[in-house]
Amino acid sequence: MSEKLDAEKVKSLANLARINIDDAIIGEVASSISSIISFVDQLQAADTSQVEPMAHPLNAKQRLRKDEITEENQRDLMHTIAPVVENGLYLVPSVID
Amino acid sequence: MHQLTIAELKQSLENKSFSATELTQHYLNRIQRLDSQYNSFISVSAEQALSQAKQADEQLSSGIAPPLCGIPIAHKDLFCTKNLRTSCGSKMLDNFVPPYNATIVENCQQAGAIVLGKTNMDEFAMGSSNENSYYGSVKNPWNRDCVSGGSSGGSAAAVAAQLVAGATASDTGGSIRQPASFCGVTGLKPTYGRVSRWGMVAYASSLDQAGPIAKTAEDVALLLNVLASFDPKDSTSIEQNVPDYASSLNDSLTGLRIGIPKEHFSEGLDNSVAIQVREAIKVYESLGATVKEISLPHTHLTVPAYYVIAPAECSSNLSRFDGVRYGHRCEAPKDLDDLYKRSREEGFGEEVKRRILIGTYALSAGYYDAYYRKAQQIRQLIKNDFDEAFKDIDVIAGPTAPSPAFELGALAKDPVSMYLEDIYTLPTNLAGLPGISIPCGNTPDGKPVGLQLTGHYFNESRLLNIAHRFQQATDFHRQPPPGID
Repeated sequence: MSEKLDAEKVKSLANLARINIDDAIIGEVASSISSIISFVDQLQAADTSQVEPMAHPLNAKQRLRKDEITEENQRDLMHTIAPVVENGLYLVPSVID
Repeated sequence: MHQLTIAELKQSLENKSFSATELTQHYLNRIQRLDSQYNSFISVSAEQALSQAKQADEQLSSGIAPPLCGIPIAHKDLFCTKNLRTSCGSKMLDNFVPPYNATIVENCQQAGAIVLGKTNMDEFAMGSSNENSYYGSVKNPWNRDCVSGGSSGGSAAAVAAQLVAGATASDTGGSIRQPASFCGVTGLKPTYGRVSRWGMVAYASSLDQAGPIAKTAEDVALLLNVLASFDPKDSTSIEQNVPDYASSLNDSLTGLRIGIPKEHFSEGLDNSVAIQVREAIKVYESLGATVKEISLPHTHLTVPAYYVIAPAECSSNLSRFDGVRYGHRCEAPKDLDDLYKRSREEGFGEEVKRRILIGTYALSAGYYDAYYRKAQQIRQLIKNDFDEAFKDIDVIAGPTAPSPAFELGALAKDPVSMYLEDIYTLPTNLAGLPGISIPCGNTPDGKPVGLQLTGHYFNESRLLNIAHRFQQATDFHRQPPPGID
């Protein structure tokens, strides 16, 4: 399974994760991630053919509640910590020209 | 005053030996005078603390004081505190002032505790040395050339340096127990679901659990009494009664069956640690316990399994930091993609980015079965090992960490070696079990060694009882670091 990640693969991962990575350090990042991937690849040697993956250590079931409104609208409060808001809305760069 | 335990402080406050205001001011003075040596606090909330102390003094005079009335504590800087910055050790949240309190912050407030400030930590709780903090490393009070451990390094160091009586912390792979071990204090990771995580910044949701750090097991019990609760706002909170953890501390240990996992005494364990842990086990034998060797055969797979599961979950959890709703936002983004990518590039540190990328890899198309699913299967095997072991023992004992506190910078360039520091603490998180680290001696060069005790699900009472009885028979927990007066 083990694969050496090259700069192109790391760029593609960084794009999926929406993190910019400077070209100057991409080789270093690729080598660090490759060494960790090769370390965790020890898992592949274990026989798990008869094992169900664990969903929860106590086998707890998801607790559900009634579909009722429990929270008040706190838009103004939440906007006090936003970097940029305008007219009660979060502001982002234009998406459509 | 700062030498006293929480239990002793409670007594002194009730007896009016000193007031909550005097106590709070005393601790604030110590932080101001001494913390530049340790860097254990990110924020100090002096004004707020003194106002809480005034209220505590009124409650103490009225004779109806809540359980932690007037006790100075600190919160790890990943618990949201209303109107008090919650940075999570990250530039991403350097400007984040939450508009609400985490459930455990609320619990502590209701209990009358006084919050002196927020403690330093590895960024987003990712680290084993506290060297990944945007606010700089925490220095170990026992030896300032050494790390405090992590990720709750600030909480452990602040308690060890007696800058606070107790602190909250969180443990995803050992982040309470390992720094407690390195700093010579007592730290408990409760059962998964015992303490609410509502308002705690998420790292790896299937593993994260909050818990206390203090000088003694008795103090940890008093803190856990307040922290533990069923919280409908946390979907992983388990609806189960909270016992009085302090009521069974003195129970007898006669007949206690201790299991010693042979895999926790094998290659990689520092001899100076092994010697102290073996001595501690002899103390238990003298207290009436029987000891047998057990096997946790999948121990060697715990670190690789953890470093798939935790990064995978963090890559998902940390996708919320987008520069839009709160946290760091880059200057002059040219489009939405640039806003996301540069805000995250600038806001996250090296280790956080590394784990996000590993997690993104493990979850990407074609790799899910080979990594995340496989790791969750291994996790089941690890849990099965514990279930098997607990059939004929009551508690598992061994070292908390394979080495004592290492020098600052020693492992900084070698992530895999750093990850292996957590080999004895990770299995407990993967299985969801409770674990505690207590000081059990020092290495010849004067660094504390931690004994880890792992109990059965929701059996924190027994774990605290076992830890307390050890502390009744020894005085390692009462020894301050050199130079701490």
